[in-house]
Amino acid sequence: MDHTPPPFFNRGPAPLVRLAFFASLSFALLVLDARFRYTEGLRSVLALAVYPLQTLATLPAALGERVSGFLVSQAQLRDENTELRSKLLGASQAAQRFEAAQAETAQLRRLMGAAERLPLKSAPAEILYNGRDPYSRKVVIDKGSQNGIGAGAPVVDENGVVGQVTRVHALSAEVTLLTDKEQAIPVQVVRNGLRAIAFGAGASGMLELRFMAANAEIQNGDKLVTSGIDGTYPPGLPVATVARIERDAAYAFARIECRPAAGVESGKYVLVLASDARRSAYPEEAAPEGEKRPGKYRKPRRKDPDAAR
Amino acid sequence: MQLGSLPSAQAILLPVRAGTILGSFAVALLLDFLPWRNVALVPDFVALVLAFWCVRQPRLVGLGAGWLLGLLIDVGNGVLLGQHALAYSLLAFAAITLSRRILWFPLWGQALHVAALLLFAQGVAALVRLAAGAEFPGWPIVVGPLIGAALWPMVSLVLLLPQRMPADVDETGTI
Repeated sequence: MDHTPPPFFNRGPAPLVRLAFFASLSFALLVLDARFRYTEGLRSVLALAVYPLQTLATLPAALGERVSGFLVSQAQLRDENTELRSKLLGASQAAQRFEAAQAETAQLRRLMGAAERLPLKSAPAEILYNGRDPYSRKVVIDKGSQNGIGAGAPVVDENGVVGQVTRVHALSAEVTLLTDKEQAIPVQVVRNGLRAIAFGAGASGMLELRFMAANAEIQNGDKLVTSGIDGTYPPGLPVATVARIERDAAYAFARIECRPAAGVESGKYVLVLASDARRSAYPEEAAPEGEKRPGKYRKPRRKDPDAAR
Repeated sequence: MQLGSLPSAQAILLPVRAGTILGSFAVALLLDFLPWRNVALVPDFVALVLAFWCVRQPRLVGLGAGWLLGLLIDVGNGVLLGQHALAYSLLAFAAITLSRRILWFPLWGQALHVAALLLFAQGVAALVRLAAGAEFPGWPIVVGPLIGAALWPMVSLVLLLPQRMPADVDETGTI
């Protein structure tokens, strides 16, 4: 078959011509995607084509989990059971207190005439796989726009915030993890209410508080939660714990590294919170706080490429 | 050039079937989408298989196939659309250009060439990402292509298996 037609005639355009064609096509796509984001339609069509392969690729891990599930000994299960039961007891205690506190807060809010916070809607999802891209931190989950997930929705696990949905396909969605270099999340120190913005630190799997003054009131071990002033993340979700602070008199800002509270790079199941309906409720509350120190929040973000290097 | 000096890989082979090529690409895509723990160290199986077919069958598999596979990888991994498409078309071009030369070498010599090819493709992808503003992820990204090249002898043995079977076995074997 291979050698029947004479090779001189039917080889199509010269390889260099083909290379020029495909390379320029790729460049066009790159520019369209990176600068203008015009390629989302093509992307979702291709994503649908890749989806069966992606789900198939998760089968071995699922199968392995099942097999190892059969091999767990009874003693191990019993231990785990007791541990879980004691945990549940503690959790239900906390839940009861939380319920009471929630009712109380609702009442107070009604008294103050503030908008009542809507209960959060959430959808559980399973992480299909890590994006195979050493340049960014992303995972793909098995729920998409068919399941009512929208771009921008916060993603949490049982311990705290994991990331944010950044791209939605029909049957799957991409979640950018908190540790991605481009990902920022507004946080607040639980101890004293200090607000800050945490950025991903990339490969180290840590978060970084940028543009915190060198004398900022912050200590090792401080817990950071979402402040909720952006209207995207609901307030009060655990984000990170301060792990290391470097105060250098030569710089105006302290270097603060934080360890994410959630299993950002390790979990398997996550919860996607619905973020829409809540945007309108915030301005009355957030506006005065945001105006107090606008330079603190907006200016640094624009300058961040120079400041980071 | 004596016939005796031909490497055994150049033994007369059956014509390749389209199913083999498509199947190998599907398996490579699957391997790429597996939930690996450390993505920087895992070889890019699609690039490896693409290089293999470009070297072996430069008239069946070429730039177009590389470009399409690259798009699929881009979308599957949620990276810049066109990043792998560009890298794979360049890889396919280089592999086709070098294909006659590469086949003269024994398997380990071929693996050296493939290491250069895969590193080149990885370098193109890295350049695109750095130009788009990403942070350099560190030197581990060159380990993946090297591991991929080390897998080359195995990959070429496995992928040539369907073509090595003697023709008459197919007729008599299905009793």
